[in-house]
Amino acid sequence: MIKITKPGLLTSVQDLGRYGYQKYGVITSGVMDTTAHRIANLLVGNDENEATLELTLLGPDMEFRDDTLISICGGNLSPSINGKPVKLWRSVLVKAGSKLKFGGCKTGCRAYLAVAGGFDVPEVMDSKSTYIRAGIGGHNGKALQNDDELSIGKPSELSRQISEILAEERKDKAFSEMKWTISSDFTVSSVSKPHVRVMRGRQYDWFTTDSQMKLFTEHFEVTSQSDRMGYRLKGPELSLENKQEMLSEAVSFGTIQVPSEGNPIVLLADRQTTGGYPKIGQIATVDLSIMAQLKPGDKVQFVEVSHEVAQQLYLDREKKLHQLKQGIALKIRQKTK
Amino acid sequence: MKFTIAPLGDNSLIIELGLDISREIQQKVKKVSSFFEEKTFDWVIETVPGFTTVAVFYDPLKIQSDTLPYESVCEELKLHLEKLEVEEDSRPRIVEIPVCYGGEFGPDLEEVASHNGLSTEEVIDIHANGEYIVYMIGFAPGFPYIGGMSEKIAAPRRSNPRLKIPAGSVGIAGKQTGVYPIETPGGWQLIGKTPRKLFLPEGETPSLLQAGDQIKFVPISIEEFQRIEEDEK
Repeated sequence: MIKITKPGLLTSVQDLGRYGYQKYGVITSGVMDTTAHRIANLLVGNDENEATLELTLLGPDMEFRDDTLISICGGNLSPSINGKPVKLWRSVLVKAGSKLKFGGCKTGCRAYLAVAGGFDVPEVMDSKSTYIRAGIGGHNGKALQNDDELSIGKPSELSRQISEILAEERKDKAFSEMKWTISSDFTVSSVSKPHVRVMRGRQYDWFTTDSQMKLFTEHFEVTSQSDRMGYRLKGPELSLENKQEMLSEAVSFGTIQVPSEGNPIVLLADRQTTGGYPKIGQIATVDLSIMAQLKPGDKVQFVEVSHEVAQQLYLDREKKLHQLKQGIALKIRQKTK
Repeated sequence: MKFTIAPLGDNSLIIELGLDISREIQQKVKKVSSFFEEKTFDWVIETVPGFTTVAVFYDPLKIQSDTLPYESVCEELKLHLEKLEVEEDSRPRIVEIPVCYGGEFGPDLEEVASHNGLSTEEVIDIHANGEYIVYMIGFAPGFPYIGGMSEKIAAPRRSNPRLKIPAGSVGIAGKQTGVYPIETPGGWQLIGKTPRKLFLPEGETPSLLQAGDQIKFVPISIEEFQRIEEDEK
C-alpha cells in the first residue's frame, strides 16, 4: 500500500483510457503521455494498460508500506527516496517505510509512476482512469488528496523476477535501481524547441493560404489556459477564408481546432467527445507524447506530415515498442536462470 | 447509401452522410451506427456519431494488409456501407422525460416567457408538446443535442453564465433545448428540472438517451418529482 502525504499539483490514477463510451458523451480520459506510461508499466512487469499515477509539474510525497517495485518515466520532476535522487526510466525496488518525494520540474511536465501489480482501484466502464468532472474512475473519482491510501494489485511473475534481481543489490538501502535503462529513442520527453508533426485537418482547406502557411512555419506558445482537456496556443492568428458554420462531429487526441478568435486549441486526453470548431490539423499519434510534455510558456513548431507517413511512423513505433517489451522480458529471464 | 470517407487522424476516420441537420440524414447516421453494433470488426475500437457523420476509431495493428491501414479499412467499409439502406418504417424509440417546470427548478422560466411575450403556462405548453429528436450525445456524458424545439420559445443564452447548473436542469439556449446530465457551469436559460438520471455510470449503457431517440417532455408536479427522484436512487 502507498500512503499519500502531500498530493502535489494534480496527481491522478490513469490508464490508456476509457474506450467504447464516447458515443454516450463519456470522454476517454487516460494518460497524456502514453509512451512514458507504457514504458513505466513494462519496467515493472505490468500490462501496458495497467493504471499508473500521472504527476503534474509538482509531484506528490508518499510513503511505501511494503517493499514495492516501481518505475518513474516521462518528465523529470526530481524524484528522491529518503533524500537520495532516483533515476528515471528504470526499474526501482523500494524498501517498506521509505518516502518518495518530488522536487522541481526539470524537464517535461508530467511523470508516470508505475507499481508492480498496478493500482487496485475498481474499473468503471472498463477503465481505471480518473474522470474528475464526472467524479468517476481512479481513486474515488478524484485527484489524489492528503492521506489517501492506494492498494496495490497482485504482481505478475515477471514483476517478481525483476524484484528478485533488485533485492540482491538492495541490502539495507532504501532502494536499488536496475543497472540498465532503455534506449534513448523512447525517452525524448523534453526537447528545447520541439517539432511536432501534424497532418492537415478535415477543414484545413477552409483556412486562408496565409493561415495554412503560418501553421507550419511559425512558432506557437502554450498558454497558461492549458490543462488535460486541451492546450490553448498563442501565435499568429489563424482565420477562415469564408465564415462557415460547422456541425459538431467527433474529434480525436491531438486535433487542432480553431475557434473564431483565431488562436488554436490542441485537444488532449480529457477532450470532449465532439467539437464544432474547424479542425486545421491533427497531430501524428507518434508525436503526441512530445506535445503532452509541454508546459505553459513552452514553444512548439508544427511540421507538416502526410497521412501516409503518419500511419507508417505509427506502425514503426509500435513495432519498436513491441521489441522493447520482448527485450525486457528476455533480459530478466536470462538473469534469473 | 451515399457517403464519403475521410481521415480524422492516423487511426481514425469520418464517414460523412450529408451536410445539413435533418431527419433524413439523422436516419442514415443511425443506420450506420447500428451497423457497427451488429457487425463487429475486431479492428474497430469505437464509433462516434455526429449530426451528419459517424467517426470510426480503429486499431491499425489489428489490420492485416500489404497496404497502409487506412486504405484497407476504407475498402472494407465501402463494401459494406454501399449495401446499407434506411428502412422507411424505422420507428424511433420514444423516451419520456418528466419535467417539473418553473419555481426553484426553472428560475429563468419567466424570463423566457416575457422575452417571447408569452405566459409561463404557454411556454410550458409549447415546450412539453414539441416533437423532439436526439441528434447526438456529446459535450458532457449523456448530454443530448436535441432538435425540434419551437422557435416561439427561443431565448438567448444568459449574459452572465451560472457557475453551477444542477444535474437534471432543463434549459433553452437560442433555438435549442437540452438537459444537463451532470453539474456543470453554463449559460442556458433554465426552465425546469427532471428527476430522471441521464448519466448512469453504473448502468449497462451509461446514457439514458441515444442518438435517434424521440423525446417527450411530460410536465409533473413537485410531489411527483420527489417520488420519481426517490425511485431513481
